[in-house]
Parts: sequence; C-alpha cells; structure tokens
Amino acid sequence: MTLEKLRPGQAGTVLALRLEGPLRRRLRDLGLVEGARLRCLGRSPLGDPSAYLICGAAIALRRTDCRRIEVEVEPWNAS
Amino acid sequence: MERVIALAGNPNVGKSTLFNRLTGLRQHTGNWTGKTVAAAEGRCGDYRLVDLPGTYSLLPHSEEEQVARDYLLRGEAEAVVVVCDACCLERNLNLVLQCRELCQRVLVCVNLLDEAERRGIRVDCTALSLGLGLPVVGITAREKGSRERFLAALDALWDAPAPPRRSPPYGQALETALRHMLCLAEGESLPARWLCLRLLAGERLPASETLRRAAEAERLDLGLTPAAVEDLLSAALSREAARLTALSVTGEERAYGARDARLDRIFTGKTWAFPMMLLLLLGICYLSIRGANLPSAWLSRGFARLEELLRRGFAALNAPIWLEGLLLDGAYQSLAAVVSVMLPPMAIFFPLFTLLEDAGFLPRVAYNLDRPFQRCRACGKQSLCMLMGLGCNAVGVTGCRIIDSRRERLLAILTNSITPCNGRFPLLIALLAMFFAPAGSALVPAALLSLILTGSVLATFAATALLSKTILRGEPSPFVLELPPYRRPQVGRVLLRSLLDRSLFVLGLLRLAALLDAPGRFFGLDGAILLAFLLGLPANETVLPILLMLYRASGGLGDASGLGEIHGLLLQNGWTGVTALCAVIFTVLHWPCSTTLLTVKKETGSWKWTALAALVPTMMGLILCAAVFSLTCQLR
Repeated sequence: MTLEKLRPGQAGTVLALRLEGPLRRRLRDLGLVEGARLRCLGRSPLGDPSAYLICGAAIALRRTDCRRIEVEVEPWNAS
Repeated sequence: MERVIALAGNPNVGKSTLFNRLTGLRQHTGNWTGKTVAAAEGRCGDYRLVDLPGTYSLLPHSEEEQVARDYLLRGEAEAVVVVCDACCLERNLNLVLQCRELCQRVLVCVNLLDEAERRGIRVDCTALSLGLGLPVVGITAREKGSRERFLAALDALWDAPAPPRRSPPYGQALETALRHMLCLAEGESLPARWLCLRLLAGERLPASETLRRAAEAERLDLGLTPAAVEDLLSAALSREAARLTALSVTGEERAYGARDARLDRIFTGKTWAFPMMLLLLLGICYLSIRGANLPSAWLSRGFARLEELLRRGFAALNAPIWLEGLLLDGAYQSLAAVVSVMLPPMAIFFPLFTLLEDAGFLPRVAYNLDRPFQRCRACGKQSLCMLMGLGCNAVGVTGCRIIDSRRERLLAILTNSITPCNGRFPLLIALLAMFFAPAGSALVPAALLSLILTGSVLATFAATALLSKTILRGEPSPFVLELPPYRRPQVGRVLLRSLLDRSLFVLGLLRLAALLDAPGRFFGLDGAILLAFLLGLPANETVLPILLMLYRASGGLGDASGLGEIHGLLLQNGWTGVTALCAVIFTVLHWPCSTTLLTVKKETGSWKWTALAALVPTMMGLILCAAVFSLTCQLR
C-alpha cells in the first residue's frame, strides 16, 4: 500500500519510492530509503499534510506526495 | 597563521548557536529549518569560521546546498566541522559521510548531547570516532565548558598529517568502475575519487574530456542509468550510516518522545490547534499592549523632564524663539511622543515572539496552515515567511528562499508585505487604543489586533490565490517540512532590535498634502494621512510622527506627549472612527517600505515583480478603504 494510508500510530517499512527528481533525492537525504522504517505521528488539523517519524526526525509530507511512496505496514507491537 | 574552518551541518542542529558562541557574533538563530540562507563569517582565536547554510546533503538540489557545496569544493577551508544533532544522528551521519569523502580534515561535532540524554538517547563518541575514522567531539551548544572542548578538538586536527579521504563500500561493480577511472583522473583540480563518483552519477563538473568519456563508458558497461548510480550511492551511504548508528547510539527510537507527542496533540491536534494559535496570538498582543503601558508612562515622564532641561539650556544660550519652536515644539515633542508610544510594544513583542520561535512552535504553524496554502497552489512554508514578515518584511522577503520552487517563492515574496511588520504595529495599536477601545483597556485593543492579524492572513490567502490563478499559474511542488523537537526556550538569548534608528525629518510639504486631500477623502482618509504613508516609504516607523508633524504644522495646537494628546490632535483634524478604521486598513495594506522593495528587487532580479509587490497590497487596501467609506456613508 502507499504511505498516505498509514494511520496515525502505525509503523511501516519503505518498499519503494516511485518518485523522480528533486523530491526523490530530498527524501533519500532525509533517510527515506528502501528498507527504512517510519511511523505516522499524526495529521495536521485540516487533515493534510501528515507527520512521519523518519530517522528520528518528524517530517511533514503532503498526501499527494505520499501516494508515490510504497510501504508495508508492520504488525501492531512494533514501536 | 589564520586557518579557515567551515561549519557544515543539517538545518536546525544548533550550528548557528555554536557559531555565535565561538565568534561572539549575534547572528540570529531560530528553531526552524533553513534559517541561515547565506554563509556568515566570524573570527575565533587563530581561526576564521565560515557558517555554511544548513544542508541535508552535498548533492545540490536547493540554493543552500549549492552554496555549501561550492564553498567546500573551492577548497578555501582547511578543515570542515560537521555539526550533528545527537537526537537524530543517523540522518546527520549521511552528511558526515559525504564530507569525509570530499574533504581531508573533518571534525565531527555531536551537538545537543544534553537534549538527547534527557530523551534517553546515549551517544558513544569514542565508538563513533573509531567507526568513522574521524575525530568526534561531543558538546552541548548551550553550556560553557563545550567551547573549550570544541577548540581543543579543533587544535588537535593539526597534530597529525591529513588522513586520506574515505568512502563507504559501494559494492564490487562500482568499485571496479571507479578503479578504472582513477587511473585517468590524475591532475584533476577536484578530489579524484569524489569527482569520478559524481561523474558516474551523471553530474556535470569540470573534468577532462577523457575522464568524462570514461565515466560514460563505465556506466554503459554496468548497464546503469545516472539515476540508478545515484540510488546505489545513496543506498550505500544510508547503509553505512545505519551501521555506525548501531555501533554508537542506544535509545535512538526515543527521539520523538512522549512529551513531543503530547505537545503535538495540543498544538497540531484537530480540536486545539486553531484555538491554541489564536490564543497565543491574543496573548502576545495583550502582553505587548498591556506591558507597554508602564514603560510608556516612564518614557513620557523622562522626556518631559529632559524637555525642561533643554528649554533651560536654550534660554541660557539666548537661542532665538523660532529655533526653539522648530527644535523643541516641532521635532523633539513629536519624537518624544512617538518613542514613548511606539518603543515599548515593539520591545515587548519581539522577545515574546523569539521565545515561541526558540520553542519550536513556528514550524507547527506552517504545518497547521499548509492545507489552505495547498488550495492556493502555494507552499505551506509561506507561513514561516509571513511570521518573519511580522518582524520585518525585508527579512520575510529574504526568508522566502526557504521555498524551493521559483513560482511558489514569488507568491510568497509578492504577498509578504500584507503581513504588518513591527514598524506598523505600534501605529495599529495606537489607532485601535484611541478610537476603538475604552480608555485604559488592553484586552480590547489586543483582541482587535489579533483580529486584524487574522484578517491579514486571510488577505494573504486571497492575494496568493488570485496571483496563482492569474500571472503565476502552475502546479504545486512537493512539500517537505521538518518539525523540530520542542525545546525549552532560552530566556536570556532574546533579541532587542535597534528601533527607530532612522532619524526623523521635518518636511514642510503641506501643499502636497492639500493636493492629496481630495483623493484621500475618497478612500475615507485625508491628504495628510496619504502623504504620511508616502513619506513613510523609507520606514513605516515614521508614518505616525510625520502625520503628527503635518497636522501640527498646519495650525493644530497641543503638545502631544502621550496617547491621549495624540488622540486629541487627531480629533481636532477631523478624524472619526471611520477615518481610523480606514487608516488601520491602509496600515496593513499599502506599499511595502523601500527596504522591503529593494529586497524584493534583489531576490527576484526584476523591477516588474517589484512593482507588482507594491501594487497588489496597495490595490487591495484602496479598494477595501473605499468600500468601507462608501458603506458607512450610505448607512448614515
């Protein structure tokens, strides 16, 4: 599934970045590479963007951009 | 001998704070990403320190990263210090590894150790140093002993000859290609191994024709596109960073702790985010107005006493009456009135704002407000530029560099002056207190001021939407915003800006005021008000004093030494509630000051955009004023 479907509190692993150009590089610099783990921290009060914990930092991403990031949900007990 | 040291690091890792501590400079630091937009320089003992803009990587895809990398490539710096945040070391190591590849002398400085410890994260600097093959020094940017430890580590860099540059393992295929290319790379001006890697990843850099051809051939041999090579390189860096983190850090999963989560539920949660933002805004406005009353009275009294002394001095010198009238009754009294009314709210507003900034609240505002900006096809970071504009529009316009897309940056630049800057603040407060609030109340003007600020946010949305539907059409670009951890703000490090640094000037331009009277009245204002705004172009701070001088010179009596007296003078000159309302609107929506306009010219490089930056808010203001005026006329 894609990243925007990850619910607040859920953790996941990045499978693929279906992105090109500057955003792809920026996200890779932030530690969003294949195999990286992340967690959805919450959504902003108007529903978009959402905040994700990536490499120890909270990063806000818009839904349209998240649609292009393929993730796998981790079972609940993962932090 | 002076040595040049470059300070590099991710945004918001306390780099600027460290730089200030080392050099004693007062470069402003804030708890948000992208505060340093150009390199700053300072001296510290035998070292010349260059503070590079915050970057996540040395692969240039934004202006700041380009600045940082170009500087390192020029080789002026004899050593690079990479400042890291102990709370998210893994990501910071990415930049460390890239610097280790490009530069010979690298010192890793793990900052915010105290912050990390509070969160239960431990960093083993010795293990990290062994793993990296680089010296590592752990510091807390805010404590005293850190400076000495840091300088000792810096001095120790020169005890041994420069070590060779090192790379993480890139895998057999790439390493073989690299070996082939390295034979051809002798005599290149850039570091050979780094240059070969970048050429393989398809980047255009100054290199010999042979080497460039070789890179292409090797890539074909590997059967990879430049983008695929880039992916392999960044994956190798990430793997190495993860390996080093596992070696040296424990508890890193606690970086975003329960406290942050709790605070985020309040400040960015569905229920409380907007009420909290409004409440904070109201609180700041209230404290600025309320807290200003006392120092205002002191200043007013002090000025009166000084005036007495001056008068005695004039008498003793036998100065002519007209000179005394011009200097004391004209210039001095206006200055005294304005300083005592305007200085205190500015001096209170700023520290309060700095506290919020320090605490990490401001990026949350951008996070909360991104949705409407997205609707306007703009970037949510624009709200950060607006917040900077609240201090000074010229700063806000420069701050728009944090927005990567050119179109979205222009949107932010052109609409920035709709946010009233600190120069216009006291004028607004004075008008509100005089005309729309019961005497002595601070809460009512504070509420009204918050209302006006909210209104200016809405006006910014309107202008942004309008521009992006007409002359600045285009697709919204991706949005990536880092939300820094909440930090305890430092009350001691709070800035007081020099205020009213521009001298006031008396100008006998009453005829011009008369000429402007008719158009002024159409918009619910008068000639003097319009002229005061025109003459206030160099600095918005001067609008009120100029207005008072114009009125006084045209025969108005009174010695205005406080808010009450100014009120009287305005009433004498035919001001009503409607005039005041129109003046308030026009204060928020008119042309930016000359400094801001020049900054817009510098940032956009075009007079066309500069003119538009003046035209958009002015038109909005004039239309709104005319509407308010004709509406109230009809109601009457």
